[in-house]
Amino acid sequence: MATQPATLKPKNNKPEELGQANTLWRDAFHRLVRHKLAMFGAIVLLIVTVMALLGRWIAPYDPNGMDFSARFAGPSLAHWMGTDDFGRDIFSRIIYGSSVSLQVGFVAVGVATLFGTSLGLIAGYSNRILDEVIMRAMDVLYAFPAILLAIAILAALGRGVGNAMIAIGLVYIPIFARIARGAVLGIRNEEFIIAAKAMGAGDIRIMVTHILPNVLSPIIVEITLSFAFAILAEAALSFFGLGTQPPDPSWGRMLSEGRDFFRQSGWMAIFPGLAIFFTVMGFNFLGDGLRDALDPQLRR
Amino acid sequence: MKYQYILQRLLLAIIVVLGVTFVVFMIVQIVPGDPARIVLGPYASDEAVQGLRERLGLNRPFFEQYGSWLLGIIQGDFGQSLLNGQEVAPQLQGRVGPSFELAMVSLLVGIIIAFPIGIISALKPGSAIDIVATLFSQIGVSIPTFWMGIVLVIVFSLNLSLLPPGGYTPFAEDPADWLAHIILPAFTAGFVSASIQTRFIRSAMLDVLNANYIRTARAKGLHERTVISRHALRNAMINIVTIIGLQITALFSGIVIVEVVFSWPGLGRLALNAVLERDYPMLQGAVFVVALMVTGVNLLIDLMYFALDPRIEFV
Repeated sequence: MATQPATLKPKNNKPEELGQANTLWRDAFHRLVRHKLAMFGAIVLLIVTVMALLGRWIAPYDPNGMDFSARFAGPSLAHWMGTDDFGRDIFSRIIYGSSVSLQVGFVAVGVATLFGTSLGLIAGYSNRILDEVIMRAMDVLYAFPAILLAIAILAALGRGVGNAMIAIGLVYIPIFARIARGAVLGIRNEEFIIAAKAMGAGDIRIMVTHILPNVLSPIIVEITLSFAFAILAEAALSFFGLGTQPPDPSWGRMLSEGRDFFRQSGWMAIFPGLAIFFTVMGFNFLGDGLRDALDPQLRR
Repeated sequence: MKYQYILQRLLLAIIVVLGVTFVVFMIVQIVPGDPARIVLGPYASDEAVQGLRERLGLNRPFFEQYGSWLLGIIQGDFGQSLLNGQEVAPQLQGRVGPSFELAMVSLLVGIIIAFPIGIISALKPGSAIDIVATLFSQIGVSIPTFWMGIVLVIVFSLNLSLLPPGGYTPFAEDPADWLAHIILPAFTAGFVSASIQTRFIRSAMLDVLNANYIRTARAKGLHERTVISRHALRNAMINIVTIIGLQITALFSGIVIVEVVFSWPGLGRLALNAVLERDYPMLQGAVFVVALMVTGVNLLIDLMYFALDPRIEFV
C-alpha cells in the first residue's frame, strides 16, 4: 500500500515526455546531417541566402547600371556571367535576383502555410459539416492548374511582385490544408487529445498546443518543397511579364529577356536558368532529406 | 454500392464545377477599384466607362450578376471579348482541342519515360540504375519548364533544324506535321511529369514487391516477367493511377507555360493573352474551361478505379 502506481504521478511523466520529444527532434537532425543530398541542398541554399542578404556588398556592379560599350559581352574576368542587351552585369543581377526569389518564397509559403494549415486543422478537428465545407472549397481551388490560377489572380489584383507573392501563396493553400487535415485525422482520437478535452481545454488551445506540434513534421517538409514551387512559379510569372517589373532583376524576367538573344548571347538565359534550377533543386533535396529524417518509416 | 460510388463521385464533381464557376466569376469582382475603368484606362470618358459597366453587368447586385453569368455559361454563352467584341465561346472551342491533345500526349510521354525507370529502379533498389533514377526525378522537378522549352528549341529547331520551333497543325490536316509540332512541347511538359511519376511508381512497386503473394508467385516458379506484369504491376496500378490523377492538375499547369513558349494555340496561351490585354470575359472563359477539363479527367480517373480494383468503396 505504501507505493503508488506510476500513473498517479503525472509530474514524473512530464520531463520524460519532454526528453523524448527532444530526442526525436535531435535524432531527426542527426539523420538529416547524414543525408548527403539534403546537405548538398542546404549548402546551395546557404549560398543563395548569403547572396540575397549580402547582395549589395558582394555584387561587383550596380544590377541596373547600363554600360552600352559592353553590350552582349560574353563571360570574362570583368563580367563573370557576361552582360545583357543594356550592358548590365548578369552576375550582379543574378545576385540581386536571389533576394527577389527568396522574398517571394517566404511570403508565398508563409501565406499558404498560415491559411492552409489553419484551415486543415479546423477541418480535421471540427464537425463533419465544417470539414466538408472547407475541404470542398479546397477541392475547388485544387481544380485549377496552379500557374493558371496565379495568372487569374494577378489579372484581378494587377501585375507586380507583391501580388505575385499573394497569388502563389493562395494557390498553395489547398495543399497545406489537405496535409494538415490528414495529419489531424490521424491523431484526433488519441488519448492525449481526449484527456485534454476532459480537463476542460478549449478547442483552440487543443489545436494549437496539442495537435499542431504533432502534425508539424509533414508541414515542415511541405514548407521546404513549396519554396521550390514558389520560386519556379515566380520565375514563370515574371517570364510572362506578370511578376517582377522592369528594370528590377528577377531570374524569370532575365530569362524572358535573354530568350530573344539566345542564339548570339546564350549566357543571358543560361545563367538565370541555372540559378533557378540549383535553388529549386536545393529546396527539393532538403525537403526530401527532411522527409526521410522526420519520418524514417516512410523512407524508400 | 457500385452505383452509389459513381453517383457520389458525380455529385462531388458537380459541386466542384459549381465552386469553380464562383471562383472564376470572382476574378472580375476582386479587381481593386472599377474593372471598367481599369479596362478602358484613365483617359476614357465617364460615358464609355458607364457603358462598359452596363455591358459587363457590373451595375447589378452581386448575386444577380453571378446568376445571369452562370446561366449564360450553362447555355454556352461566355460573353463577348472586350478586345474585338467577338463571342468568347467559339474562340474557346477552337482552343480546347489543341490543349487537350497536348495534355494527353504529354501525359503519354511522361508515362512512357516514367514506367520503365520506376519499375527497374524498384526491382533493383540501391543499384546504380536506382541512384540515376532518383537523381533524374530530383533534377526533372527542378528544371524550369519554360527554360527547358527554350533550350530544346535552340538545340532541335535552330541548331539541328530537326523540328519546328513552335506553332500547330491540326491532326486531320496533316498527321505528320501535327506530330512534328507536338514532339517538343509534349516532351517538355511530359519530362517534368515523368520525373514526378518515376518516384511514385518506384514507391508503389516497392510496396507491392515486398508482399507475400509476390513471394508465393516466385516460389511457385513463375517467370519473373509474369510476376512483375501480372502480379506486381497490376496491384501497384491502383496507387499509380491515383498519382497520375493528382498529376493531371500539375500537368495542365505545365501546359500553360509550354503553350506560351511554343506558341501552341491552346487555352493557356489564350488565358495569358487575355490577362495581358485585360480581356476579362476571355480570361474567365479560358480558366473555366481548363478547370472543367481537369475536373472531368479527374472524375474519369476516379471511375477507372473500378476497373482496377473491384474491392474499392467510397469513403
